[in-house]
Amino acid sequence: MTLYKWIAEEVAKKVINNEELFILDVRNAEAFADWKIEGHKFEYLNIPYFELLDGVEEILSNIPTDKQLLVVCAKEGSSIMIAEMLTDEGRDAAYLEGGMKSWSEYLEPIKVSDLENGGELYQFVRLGKGCLSYMVISNGEAAIIDATRMVDVFTNFAASKHVNITNVFDTHLHADHISGGRQIAALTGATYFLPPKDAEEVVFEYTPLVDGNEVKIGNTTIAIQALYSPGHTIGSTSFIVDDKFLLTGDILFIDSIGRPDLAGLAQDWVGDLRETLYSRYRELSSELIVLPAHFMIIDELNENGTVAKRLGDLFEENHGLNMKDEGEFRSMVTDNLPPQPHAYQEIRHVNMGKITPSAEDQTEMEIGPNRCAIREFKKY
Amino acid sequence: MNSTKVLDAKGLACPMPIIRTKKAMDTIDSGEILEIHLTDKGAKADIPAWAASGGHNILEHTQEDDVLKFWIQKA
Repeated sequence: MTLYKWIAEEVAKKVINNEELFILDVRNAEAFADWKIEGHKFEYLNIPYFELLDGVEEILSNIPTDKQLLVVCAKEGSSIMIAEMLTDEGRDAAYLEGGMKSWSEYLEPIKVSDLENGGELYQFVRLGKGCLSYMVISNGEAAIIDATRMVDVFTNFAASKHVNITNVFDTHLHADHISGGRQIAALTGATYFLPPKDAEEVVFEYTPLVDGNEVKIGNTTIAIQALYSPGHTIGSTSFIVDDKFLLTGDILFIDSIGRPDLAGLAQDWVGDLRETLYSRYRELSSELIVLPAHFMIIDELNENGTVAKRLGDLFEENHGLNMKDEGEFRSMVTDNLPPQPHAYQEIRHVNMGKITPSAEDQTEMEIGPNRCAIREFKKY
Repeated sequence: MNSTKVLDAKGLACPMPIIRTKKAMDTIDSGEILEIHLTDKGAKADIPAWAASGGHNILEHTQEDDVLKFWIQKA
């Protein structure tokens, strides 16, 4: 039967379109337990490839014949081998080109909304890592917020829209992924903004992003208004775009809130986090649409694949925004924290410009699940 | 450490390191030791997982620069 090669984009469309898929993940059990390709209607079987070297006959009955079958491994090689063995047994099978590495790096651009005065707002959903980046477009210009290191995706997208990237922002010094902001600015001549309180150790030039900064994109009235909102880091800054969208960085997510411990200062920053979530954000319009920098679980995706929700809804539904007792809140965000992101210290140092690992090492540093949020106790 | 056999799997990408390891293991007797040299980073997790699935015992592993070495005693 037929062996197919799928690229990450095809798998992403299946996630977003809510399609069914059967995934045979042939990585070792630990890697599979740590993270996998998540889809609303995906089913899984995890059998390490090295247990199938003598043949796949014994697992055939565990693989349904009425669903498309995708074999996945870390890089690609063993998934090709196993997929070929399955086709030899009379099954149609696909393998994922580039494996989980490619899945981790794929970004799906999705339009969030048109803006006043003809602009557009796009969200770039990195399904394999839970990262969310943004592009604000208006009148031939573009601003990018929280870009990942796959800089070609952003520059190519801007080119396809015939716009020049003029401003690049990071809401904070990221610890769980390598920022592409500085590189995009270098490639395009755009201004690179970073909150100065997060930039004390950086070794490159940047433009300080401070409370009240307003940047016009195009010659329209789209304002990107910075709102100092510390807690995840001491410099964390939110943006209000077009008076309608609140880009929260890693402070507030759809189903969770930011963790304050990734720079080693949980006890110091928990008060800031509380202040931002329970005071600063409460003063904002509940009609703002929250657009975070990450998501953690597939359930956070809307029907169209975007990750976005009304601030007022989050005030009602988000567990992290509904802890009246400050002591309980402090305990939640400082005790029993989930495992820290893979290589987060090294990633911080890359984002400070202190080290410049090879592309392969950067991939390796970012592999794994997103872990910048805190969800309810009981889930850990 | 006294290795019965040394397998040079440097430069090989997954799944070849494990395939070669399995073949080499078939050529030695129970209780003997296979020494493997690898450069595929994925093998760092996969060799122990493979060894455990076959009941083999990893006596030692080292990493010098980019070269990973494992000493596996056959079950």
